Amino acid sequence: MDSKKPNPPKTGRRGFLKGGAALAGLAAGARPVEAQTQGTSTKKIDELIAYGERSRFVTSTRKPVAERHSPDEFGLTFHVLTPLQDSFGIITPSSLHYTATHRGAIVPDIDPNEHRLMIHGMVDRPLVFTMEELKRLPYVSRVHFIECQGNSARASHKNVQETHGLTSCAEWTGVPLSLLLKEAGVHADASWIVAEGAEEVKGASSIALGKAMDDCVVCYAMNGEPIRPQQGFPLRLMVPGFEGIYQIKYLRRIKVVDRYYMTYDDYGHINPDPKVTALTHQIGPKSVITFPSAGQQLSGPGFYEITGLAWSGAGAIRGVEISFDGGQSWKNTELRSPAYPMAHTRFGYHWNWDGKECMLMSRCTDDLGTVQPTRADVAKYWNVPLDKVRVQGSNNSVQPWKVAVNGSVTNGLA
Amino acid sequence: MVSLRFFAAFIGICQLALPQSPTYRVGRAPTPAEIGAWDIAISPTGKELPNGRGTAKEGAALYVRKACAGCHGPLGSGAHAPTLVARKKEERTAPAVPCLSPCVNDTNTMVVHSPFATVIWDYINRGMPLGREGSLTPNEVYALTAFLLYKGDVIKESEVMDAQSLPKVIMPNREGFSLPPEWKHGQPRLQGYP
Repeated sequence: MDSKKPNPPKTGRRGFLKGGAALAGLAAGARPVEAQTQGTSTKKIDELIAYGERSRFVTSTRKPVAERHSPDEFGLTFHVLTPLQDSFGIITPSSLHYTATHRGAIVPDIDPNEHRLMIHGMVDRPLVFTMEELKRLPYVSRVHFIECQGNSARASHKNVQETHGLTSCAEWTGVPLSLLLKEAGVHADASWIVAEGAEEVKGASSIALGKAMDDCVVCYAMNGEPIRPQQGFPLRLMVPGFEGIYQIKYLRRIKVVDRYYMTYDDYGHINPDPKVTALTHQIGPKSVITFPSAGQQLSGPGFYEITGLAWSGAGAIRGVEISFDGGQSWKNTELRSPAYPMAHTRFGYHWNWDGKECMLMSRCTDDLGTVQPTRADVAKYWNVPLDKVRVQGSNNSVQPWKVAVNGSVTNGLA
Repeated sequence: MVSLRFFAAFIGICQLALPQSPTYRVGRAPTPAEIGAWDIAISPTGKELPNGRGTAKEGAALYVRKACAGCHGPLGSGAHAPTLVARKKEERTAPAVPCLSPCVNDTNTMVVHSPFATVIWDYINRGMPLGREGSLTPNEVYALTAFLLYKGDVIKESEVMDAQSLPKVIMPNREGFSLPPEWKHGQPRLQGYP
């Protein structure tokens, strides 16, 4: 894509092992030998055989949210954005999955042999499980997105990493929470659970018992390996479709209770208006075009595959439409991946760009038939002027990208 | 008799070691001490509050002694860590750290925003001081909570905070929240929302 970048190395294993001189015999073709950049990894070959790494020509990285640096002056991590502009398919590599912490936290170094999960409160049989015991129980693997409630596009954002980078999607494996709660025997008058982590600040959230019994999973694996420390090693509660703060990392305790506990994390999200509160916990239907998106450049008129991601906290994605005229008219796209419930879903559209300026948008519809709103839809609902509208709760409004005649793409909110 | 006693002890050991989960026979019952050590989420009713007591005066001394002032500022504002004591409009300076949700500034300190005083006790107890979390005694947490409530004009300097009095404190934002709606599978977030 980027013509300034060197070509990938074309030599075989031997050249790679020697890590230096280009072998003229292998470097066949018109290009002079000097132009073949030879790979040198900083790791030894036996390390690379044991645990692979990506090409040094692939440089996509996460970035902290600009307004709050991570680590900050206390050495704490806050919010770190996934590079969605470089994403393919629906799975976010674990090392690029977004990270956010309760008040800012230091990633704990937990020995899984010492880790315990306690279930207590309004139950017949309080229980403590070791990791080994949890892994003996029946398990499920599910693909789910996690999105932070703070994932809200602003006019000042320069690319899709900044506008939408606080969402990621992975395959999560673990024991259904309902199984554990049934083993403990939940009392008939219980109505909420408090889930709590083992990190230094012991992040905790109140979750409705109905949700806990429906589809929550106590996970020990992510993308085929133990969950990584930044994502909650050794145990994380998956609360599918709910905003990120509910997906308790380092999970060590579930207390079954009879009221909303108003933990520190809960209190940060309260609102006097029940309508706003209702829009705050579960993620609404949302989508974004990842190519072409702000900061990217079209090389000229011609064929391009428009691609992007759609997801909803209410279920699977039924369809995604795109608009080239700022939302005046909409065309159906094709889904290019499985559409799992509460998961990123990839969509695509064959596009022949005529070289004219246009305003690209995508909007999705979920299982319930709920359609992702434009900012104009949101303004109409709250009865406020479009230029004054603030999307309440988690912001799932349509993202516009402006394509200029010269092929440059910028944030349509600007 | 000896054999009976031996038998009773044997049963006791078995019960301790027996798997407790009825279907899969894994896990064990936690001891009351284990539950007590981890049972730190405080209900608005104050059900989990431990014994202890503290006043704002004691809290003021602890605020200095426990180095709270180092991060939050000598007056509870204007430093790197979130604002604890709201300033009057004319006294406010730009925050040292920009705000992300949950944003804690002069208009939104814990005392201003928490519907219940138990939230403040809970958070100081679980999350403070930075790097030595969980090191404060219940008396110290009661005293620091009383100090913040007093600085926020919610209680008098002489009022004693303990497991009985703390949940009864009427916070300024007591009515400033709505509970999340009952969650049901397949139900939209908000009926009629686009």
